Amino acid sequence: MTKKIKNLNLNFGPQHPAAHGVLRLILELDGEVVEKADPHIGLLHRGTEKLIENKTYMQAVPYFDRLDYVAPMNQEHAFALATEKILEIDVPIRAQYIRVIFCEIGRILSHILNVTTQAMDVGALTPTLWGFEEREKLMGFYERVSGSRLHANYFRAGGVHQDLPQGLEEDIAEFCETFPKIINDLESLLTENRIFKQRNVDIGVVTKKDALDYSFSGVMIRGSGVPWDLRKSQPYDCYEQLDFKIPVGKNGDCYDRYLCRIEEMKESVSIIKQCLSKMEKGPIKSLDGKISPPSKKEIKQSMESLIHHFKLFTEGYRVPKDEIYTAVEAPKGEFGVYLISDGSNKPYKCKIRAPGFSHLQSMDYLIKGHMLADVPAVLGSLDIVFGEVDR
Amino acid sequence: MKNLIDLEKKINSELTTKINRTEIKHNQIYLETDKDDLIDVVLFLKTNNDTKFRQLIDITVVDYPENNQRFEVVYLFLSHEFNQRLILKYTIAENEIIPSITSIFPGANWMEREVFDMYGVSFKDHPDLRRILTDYGFEGHPLRKDFPLTGHTEVRYSEDQKKVINEPVKLEQNYRNFDYESPWEGTKYIKEELDNNDKKN
Repeated sequence: MTKKIKNLNLNFGPQHPAAHGVLRLILELDGEVVEKADPHIGLLHRGTEKLIENKTYMQAVPYFDRLDYVAPMNQEHAFALATEKILEIDVPIRAQYIRVIFCEIGRILSHILNVTTQAMDVGALTPTLWGFEEREKLMGFYERVSGSRLHANYFRAGGVHQDLPQGLEEDIAEFCETFPKIINDLESLLTENRIFKQRNVDIGVVTKKDALDYSFSGVMIRGSGVPWDLRKSQPYDCYEQLDFKIPVGKNGDCYDRYLCRIEEMKESVSIIKQCLSKMEKGPIKSLDGKISPPSKKEIKQSMESLIHHFKLFTEGYRVPKDEIYTAVEAPKGEFGVYLISDGSNKPYKCKIRAPGFSHLQSMDYLIKGHMLADVPAVLGSLDIVFGEVDR
Repeated sequence: MKNLIDLEKKINSELTTKINRTEIKHNQIYLETDKDDLIDVVLFLKTNNDTKFRQLIDITVVDYPENNQRFEVVYLFLSHEFNQRLILKYTIAENEIIPSITSIFPGANWMEREVFDMYGVSFKDHPDLRRILTDYGFEGHPLRKDFPLTGHTEVRYSEDQKKVINEPVKLEQNYRNFDYESPWEGTKYIKEELDNNDKKN
């Protein structure tokens, strides 16, 4: 008698706590071994690129917060840099420092979320509780500077919206003193933890060649031993003047990626410290009145400013015809904006290059031959946020 | 090649007729080619020791509805070795089928699916050309310029039928597209006067 064996098709998500959002994974299982994974995405698709085509350059900024919503300002940065390059305007040095500080805060926000939820996916709850307390403080900084904890809408072409409120610099400096201890606490729970290592070492291994072929970037490519970081190789804003290291993994597995993220958080703290010590008083946005809105005081005193204010917030500024691709090193990898302007006040096209999109597409390649229980571990280490994957 | 100008020369001399136009701006190199030469050009860029564009960053399409060759397909490449970015473009007409580069860059798979989904451009030899971002059973291609911003259908849960249904979009108020653009460019004489004052001083 012959037995008929059939593979089992399993539907993972879209409402699964370990799917990190709305991911529907169709898994083909042979026993407990995954034969094939087919991610279905787009459940959070909002048509960001279409909406941006219908908004002025200033109105487009808030859409970038809603992409990777755990590190909003890093996305805004890419768009601000793209418009600045086309407009050929300079950013005052203080604004550059402020932007770098908040990008690094975004990196810490994102890495805390990822490291701790990755730990939760493999069974450790405590890191999440400890880590989220710190995220709360960081989001407090976001709120103080922009008025909202998540969707900041703070970066502008030519600088930032407002200067730091009084006392914020000191509080960020204080956070930089206390936070390294929290990282050490997290490490003491995870790095040498037997269960954590059993679940992550040698899981989801990416070779150097595949990391390149699958368009990986960020921690995903550094974990595989490629020393590539846009902050170093194609520095933007004031990164050139800062001294920081790029942690690189060796084996390209989930555990190395975890280690890279932990080290990157330490580097981020050091970057923030350097920025705070180098920062001096000065303007925080471009002095070009055709691009930066005037201050409230000026509006009250000068007719010219009032007109400028009105024109900037209705018509917006016009951007000369050009096309450009600009990328920043977002916490998840290379986040790019391919912007085509046609001389009007709205972008003709704005393609958003999200790192998570390329990472998630390799799910099938990464998980083939692994056990079902490894799916959340691999997914966790990919650092997926659906806001940016689905756009 | 370390230098963009050398790279431009190298590409022009090696690929000769396959490249229609090259340009360097914003510290990036822009190439224009033809649909039929795409595979050769991409293979050259990836494998040649002087170019080494071994990472595909993104694929996208730009829609120019008023043009005969309606779509412009854009490929973004990155070379880690030489720290350079390259943008490769070609134009196609509507309903033209273009070659897939998934055999050269496996990462192109989803990017091409997205282009297919958003613009309705089909790829030859693509292993799995399905819609990716839009809903199951969605019709139309949202990023085309002639697709309305509000879409054609809206989704709601029907209490009568006890299921989610699609209906044509009903707007309480039509989408208003204000024309804020004015030809007003400010007064020239103030700037001229300021310049003159600067010269005098």
